[in-house]
Amino acid sequence: MSYELVAGLETHIELSTKTKIFCNCTTEFGGEPNTHCCPICIGLPGTLPKLNKNVVKYAVKAGLATNCSIRNISKMDRKNYVYPDLPKAYQISQFDKPLCENGYISLSTGKNINITRIHIEEDAGKLVHQRGDTYIDYNRGGVPLVEIVTEPDFRSIDEVVEYIEKLRLIMKYIGVSDVKMQEGSLRCDVNISVRKYGDNDLGIRTEIKNMNSLSFIAKAMEYEFNRQIDIIENGGIIEQETRRYNSDLNITESMRKKEDADDYRYFRDPDLVTISIMDEQIQQIKNELPELPSVKLKRFVEDYNLPIQDAELLVKYKKVAEYFEEACIKIENHKVVSNFILSQIFRTLSTETEKEDFNILIPPSYLNELVKLTETKKINSSLARITLEKMLETGKPLSEFITEKHLQGIDENTLKSICEKAVLANEKAVNEYLNGKEKAFGSIIGYIMKETKGNADAALATEIIKTIIS
Amino acid sequence: MVTSKIRYINNLLNKKEISCTELTNKYLEKIQEENKNLNAYVKVTEEEALIVAKKVDEKISSKGHLMPLEGIPMTLKDNISTKNIETTCCSKILKGYVPIYDATVWETLKSQNAVLLGKSNMDEFAMGSSCETSCFGGALNPHNLKHVAGGSSGGVSSAVGGNIAVYGLGSDTGGSIRQPASFCGLVGLKPTYGAVSRYGLIAYASSFDQIGPIAHTVEDAAIIHDTISLYDKKDATSCANKGIMTADKLNDSIKGKKIGIAKEYFEGIRDDVKESILQAIKIYEDLGAEIIYFELPELKYSLSVYYILACAEASSNLGRYDGIRYGYKASHYNDLNEMICKTRSEGFGKEVKRRILLGTYVLSAGYYDAYYKKAQKLRGTLVRAFKNAFTKCDVILAPTVPMTAFELNFTSIDPVETYLTDICTVPVNIAGLPAVSIPCGFDSNGLPIGMQIIGNSFEEHKILNIAYQYEKQVGDKIYKNIELGVKL
Repeated sequence: MSYELVAGLETHIELSTKTKIFCNCTTEFGGEPNTHCCPICIGLPGTLPKLNKNVVKYAVKAGLATNCSIRNISKMDRKNYVYPDLPKAYQISQFDKPLCENGYISLSTGKNINITRIHIEEDAGKLVHQRGDTYIDYNRGGVPLVEIVTEPDFRSIDEVVEYIEKLRLIMKYIGVSDVKMQEGSLRCDVNISVRKYGDNDLGIRTEIKNMNSLSFIAKAMEYEFNRQIDIIENGGIIEQETRRYNSDLNITESMRKKEDADDYRYFRDPDLVTISIMDEQIQQIKNELPELPSVKLKRFVEDYNLPIQDAELLVKYKKVAEYFEEACIKIENHKVVSNFILSQIFRTLSTETEKEDFNILIPPSYLNELVKLTETKKINSSLARITLEKMLETGKPLSEFITEKHLQGIDENTLKSICEKAVLANEKAVNEYLNGKEKAFGSIIGYIMKETKGNADAALATEIIKTIIS
Repeated sequence: MVTSKIRYINNLLNKKEISCTELTNKYLEKIQEENKNLNAYVKVTEEEALIVAKKVDEKISSKGHLMPLEGIPMTLKDNISTKNIETTCCSKILKGYVPIYDATVWETLKSQNAVLLGKSNMDEFAMGSSCETSCFGGALNPHNLKHVAGGSSGGVSSAVGGNIAVYGLGSDTGGSIRQPASFCGLVGLKPTYGAVSRYGLIAYASSFDQIGPIAHTVEDAAIIHDTISLYDKKDATSCANKGIMTADKLNDSIKGKKIGIAKEYFEGIRDDVKESILQAIKIYEDLGAEIIYFELPELKYSLSVYYILACAEASSNLGRYDGIRYGYKASHYNDLNEMICKTRSEGFGKEVKRRILLGTYVLSAGYYDAYYKKAQKLRGTLVRAFKNAFTKCDVILAPTVPMTAFELNFTSIDPVETYLTDICTVPVNIAGLPAVSIPCGFDSNGLPIGMQIIGNSFEEHKILNIAYQYEKQVGDKIYKNIELGVKL
């Protein structure tokens, strides 16, 4: 029997406003425990929250970038539950009037994942377990979050992973979050159920809480998918419950059953006033939005004539995409620019963070000059490669490495005599090549390059050698 | 007759007839003697008071004319946060809690060199009508020690009435300023919701709570109100002051002013209380005011609406007292849950627990619509009913409490019976309106009777004007018990 996976996602993203959602403390990650705190964010008796307007603005941006409609009138509610990391014993969140609703994100297949709602809320503190004791760090308490809730539209783990990657990229592009999963600024709860193919009704779901790594999410979903199928195949019934992923054992474990679920006793927070946003304000925020990744991708493929895979890699890192566009000015073959970036430059950046930061020594204009020289055939590709390498190491411009002599190149007669010398010096390789070993040809060209310090036109040399030995 | 004790003392200080240090010491001495009986103060801040007094004396001797509240000895209800001074809400659960910040009202008064004599007694977390739910025991009525000073701001009314403070700030969620003022023969002003910052007021029911003065005279209340009703950016529900100084409006003529009487306010009121208010109506007629009679049937929902909504908010507001960060913590427990349960079981008193349970219940899934949601709707109905009433009249005159000060332990017998005594005060909190309670007579036992004048939003100047004109008219007949405080 074949089963279909059905999943929906709740994603919490920390917003990168300078200050917290209800006070003036910094939102900076880390810091000595309980140093980014004040009477308000540790909920001392008598303190009152005051909504940070930028949080609303950032959330509206997030909503607009994910095709949501924005509520003109909304409010904050209290979600009451007891946990030591929540110093007021309620989280200020939004219940029945979320700021943004009814959006979607399109996957590469063209399928839309529908977004039910996006609301704003405060993050809780963190429990730190040390030497058998538990300590509380409230630095994170009051950091603004958006919670983005989807419909149960996912049918595969790949779709979930793609959605999260797309969502991250959008949030990064519009600058509302650094979306660093390892720092917990993007965390996911996955609602997952299974059903037989062809069934229209949804199965009973479980919720896997609070995961902050794509690979954990994929593994947890896979485990949970199989666990649920096993239960059904063995005649059992899925229990609606909340589970957690245990990465050490690669399993999901029950946290609490539905009947133990908290009754959050939501009600409007009487300390905060109505949030009202005029249509003109929404329009203004819309106008401030940068080009979104999906639009950029389309443009890169169409305007720069790039293969989709290459375009995707460039668009994946906002700074790389910007660098690429600047390096492409007045260049015909943009693929050459893209190739230099994706192969040679990327090789110097080992981590995702390095690629995201894209702190390389040369400005895009240097790469632009270099590509122009190759386009006019003034230098060949291997010299270009060597030069770029030196530029990347030193940060110095082209003129430091490319001299007049290089630009003049080697005239055909000189090259001819070097080629003759090469054939004589590489008798073994020539024979191998003639016996059908194509690869052997490379070492002949290598010899020529060494002799000419990389200045020879490899295509021309190949042609000459082939004439000599045939 | 002196119409302002604050101005009287301010004048003495300015004229150097008494130094602020002498004045403060006299009050501190009197607290020493009287507080044993009254139990008005739960903490006396002698050291802090004398430091400020000295500062005031330096100012007088150097150049300065004093601001109205400068150097005046006063008290704060113990739910108003005071930096470095223990603030307990008179609950065991907050014993030992010392705030690290000042409430905005106290910051304002501090900047005017108000002399804080101490923190005063109150019902635990402001939940009660007699001050007897205080973990320190109740404050007593200076008119008769067998009676309570009222609640929840009973410590303030006891201290001011007993002349061991010139004035005090209380908080009024369902009558907690006006009722104790009425019980002790004082003036108590509950300002419009949003007129005075709530920042630093330890919350009972956030959409009802409001800080206001308890003082001897209307003019005193006006001076204090004018000082503390400021916009505060730390309180999202705070409103900009329209710039009307109520003290400047006290002498306006009330000829032709329309005073509304809603008959529902007089149902179930003790005869002598009713009689006193009828007398007051006559005085207003003599002063040229027009009396308008109408019905306000929506008032019958007030108590239910108030107790559902206030308890709901309280159940959430009081969730933070878990023993983890501050205040009382149970000493024996096996795990976190037990620690929190025991802390709350041992730390909260009976009335507070009752209201937390009630509030939790009305917000629970399955009951929310029947209670909380319905009460919210009725709150809207009441707001509209008052709005409509104020199209017919300038102010509404009503009793403050259906009776005079309870005998000790009256409230512990039947909580619902006690809730019913809030019938006249809670409507104003539901609608967010301003109201002032002023003395209007005495019962046969010599206990004061109070009446309240209710105004439209942000019309404190109107109610205080109308209150002041009455006070001026009856003068010493009712205000005979006002001494000038300590013998100067």
